[in-house]
Amino acid sequence: MRSLVFYIVSILVGAALFGFARWLGNDYLFFAGYTVLQFIVLATAWNILGGYCGYVNFGSAAFFAAGAYSSVALHKLAAGIDRYVPESLAGLAHTILPLPIPVLIVIGGIVAGLIGLGTGYLTLRLRGAFFAIATLALAVVLQTLIVNWDFVGGSRGAYIIRPSEVPIIGSYIQYLFLIMLVLSILAIIAARAIEQSRLGYGFATIRDDETAAEACGVPTLRLKLIATTLSGALMGMAGAPFPYYIGYLEPGSAFGLAYTVNSIAMPMIGGTTSWVGPLVGALLLGTLQQIATVTISSAVNLLIVGLLLVGFVIVAPKGIVGLVQDFMRERGPEGSEPTWRTRLATFANMRPGAR
Amino acid sequence: MSFELLINALIAGVLLGGFYAAVTVGVSISFGILDIVNIAHPAFIILGSYIAYIVNQTLGIDPILTAILALPAFYLLGSMIYQVYYASFEKRGQDSLRGLAFFFGLLFVTEVMLILVFGVDYRYVQAAYIDKTWHFGFADIPFRMLVPCVISLLMLGLLQLYLSRTFTGRAIMAVSQDQLALRLMSADPARIKRIAFSISIATAAIAGAFLIVIQPVEPSVGREYIGRVFAICVLGGLQSLPGTVIAAMLLGILESVTATFYGPSWAPAVSFGVLLLTLAFRPAGLLGR
Amino acid sequence: MTGPLLQIENVGKRFGGFVALDGINLTVAHGERVGLIGPNGSGKSTLVNCMCGTLQNETGRVMFDGRLMNGMSAHQRARRGMARSFQLPRPFVTLSVAENLRIPLLYAAHARRGHHLTHEEIENRCHELAGLVGLAAKANRLPRDLTQVEMRKLELARAVAVDPKLLIADEAMAGLSQSEVDEIVALLITMNERGVTIIMIEHIMRAVMAFSQRLVVLVTGKKIADGPPQEVVSHPEVIGAYLGQ
Repeated sequence: MRSLVFYIVSILVGAALFGFARWLGNDYLFFAGYTVLQFIVLATAWNILGGYCGYVNFGSAAFFAAGAYSSVALHKLAAGIDRYVPESLAGLAHTILPLPIPVLIVIGGIVAGLIGLGTGYLTLRLRGAFFAIATLALAVVLQTLIVNWDFVGGSRGAYIIRPSEVPIIGSYIQYLFLIMLVLSILAIIAARAIEQSRLGYGFATIRDDETAAEACGVPTLRLKLIATTLSGALMGMAGAPFPYYIGYLEPGSAFGLAYTVNSIAMPMIGGTTSWVGPLVGALLLGTLQQIATVTISSAVNLLIVGLLLVGFVIVAPKGIVGLVQDFMRERGPEGSEPTWRTRLATFANMRPGAR
Repeated sequence: MSFELLINALIAGVLLGGFYAAVTVGVSISFGILDIVNIAHPAFIILGSYIAYIVNQTLGIDPILTAILALPAFYLLGSMIYQVYYASFEKRGQDSLRGLAFFFGLLFVTEVMLILVFGVDYRYVQAAYIDKTWHFGFADIPFRMLVPCVISLLMLGLLQLYLSRTFTGRAIMAVSQDQLALRLMSADPARIKRIAFSISIATAAIAGAFLIVIQPVEPSVGREYIGRVFAICVLGGLQSLPGTVIAAMLLGILESVTATFYGPSWAPAVSFGVLLLTLAFRPAGLLGR
Repeated sequence: MTGPLLQIENVGKRFGGFVALDGINLTVAHGERVGLIGPNGSGKSTLVNCMCGTLQNETGRVMFDGRLMNGMSAHQRARRGMARSFQLPRPFVTLSVAENLRIPLLYAAHARRGHHLTHEEIENRCHELAGLVGLAAKANRLPRDLTQVEMRKLELARAVAVDPKLLIADEAMAGLSQSEVDEIVALLITMNERGVTIIMIEHIMRAVMAFSQRLVVLVTGKKIADGPPQEVVSHPEVIGAYLGQ
């Protein structure tokens, strides 16, 4: 019941956002909004592994790039399709290709999810810092592979020619914005569902004490694999439409440190234990960066993100959600009527006392 | 011909390895001995490079000499960082996740600040020995590699002596193994750790000077070293300085041979690949059990 | 129900050069109450870890309920009905007391019932378990709000939540007052009467003697005595081990 309300509210908020943006009718708004939404997906994905399970992933950019480059590879494949398939199939190929973006997102998700699964297997026995360092290493190995892979442009990068119009919606950037909006809503719904499920409790025990979790029957290794796969897949899905958004993709931009930093900083600043944290963090930092990029410079906005990250982990380790949570806890005596505060806390999955 | 290439690649690898040892020793102390995951170490190395660059540009002083003069400043910087780290994470018993994010943030902030001040152009230094090369038949020994390598090994030797012979040094080694023994020695663990961490940051000054002697530097170069540093540190068995030297030489040779025969664009993957494989199959390191 | 519940044959484990367990043999029948004692460092906890799969034994084999446990992970053993409490309580610190108890109910207790518990069953059982150890009033608190004693009770309750055939209580009573020790012993005996086999590792001799039907003594990784408690404690070798040779 609560979940149904949540789904309806999310969809309404999404529809309202899109309607509002269209009413304003400024294409720049869609460009900037896309980036913020993309960060919501990335931050939410990072938090599934980092916040719920306590495993820090320094390789977000690699998963994002895996999604982006799977789209580039398919785009290149589609462009040169006549060379790859016999003539008898050419007609069929031309009706399917180029693949629509939602399909690319699914494929990007699968590719990045598989990389996540592989990472999980390689790092099963690693805990804490070693896992974090291994993900960092993975990112560089993947980047080196892409740089040396000529089919997708290698170090020179690849141009993606995107259509200027799409049916029904009209402008292409509005179409991309809509897709990212849907994806971010799905990511949040998924994160929230995980939190309240058996899986979410299992993740929390991994974060707290793996040995004790095993003794309670939690299959920690399998859950870790699920978390790395889910988290990686979501990041890849965020990356899949990126080549169409940016138009020209080179390894430096797809593997940009900004993705890694933001996907860590946003949940850390927002709060890592609930789906609300990454959302709040991404909205706040994402918008701030869009404003800073326009008004000051992109280097300064990265500095702001870094300083905020350092400041928050020192001063407010539980993030904004933690600060709000402490405020919520100042409530009446045990067992009294639920107030708007406790209702809100329940809605945001901030159960009293716990987490 | 390819034999000559191989010999030169091996020599370059050993020289490179000597330099890598200096880059890694700080992390071997902070991560290996103290269990503080200072992934920001490469950023401090780049900071060291820029200080050597500024002094070299304005006063014309030798970069490595500058670094030695800058040691106290870096030591102080290390003390300050440790103080913050200790108060915010160690004392509170905060999970290492946030400590990790803290150092990641430091890495990022340092890099961005350097970009804001110096831009992304490559900077280099001048010193008499940089352009000299010894030739032995077909084998070349460039001085810009040899000088850092020799001084680096000297520095590691001194550190090893310090850790194994002095009271404080032995207390530092004990921090990782036996807190109780430390208390019996009536040493304050927090103080010992602060000293050790400060030393680890101080080595970044020297490593930074080496780096800018060897190659031109721009702020994001540091990132390449994160993987290298941890690959060497893990491969060397974390807290052993001789292990660090051996692992550094090994990685140097591996990278130099790869770059010679497969092209420099594959070189970064070597260290990170080594790191991934070590972590997956031999987490205790090369010399570990 | 013919064979023994737990059968440990020639189990050995070393850490580097240090031999922690040296060929231990131990058989525990269904429904028994066994006390396991030994000086510090005698290998009791290592033995528990090898039984439960937290560590894997290097030699010999561990049979539980007619199945070979070697190579099986800790969570698989928990699901087959082997539960343990940790010597130093290891609660899930970001979960409330009730949520701590919920974990085994979600992840272990279903395996032997053949179906996942319903939401209602879980809530009822959580409530029941919290009441059993007197933590009902603190069900929604975090472990950091508990006293040491309450933490031990939570640790024990969480092991009970696994719904075990065999419960291994690893020093569940250290630091508890006399009346609290009696309370826990009574609790364990009640559980035993309901059919749970229990191994108690304990230093508090009063509790061990009140509880055990059989006493096993471990010294430097070897079993030196195994039998009725009164006989074992008067065994010269045991006295020697405790008083120091």
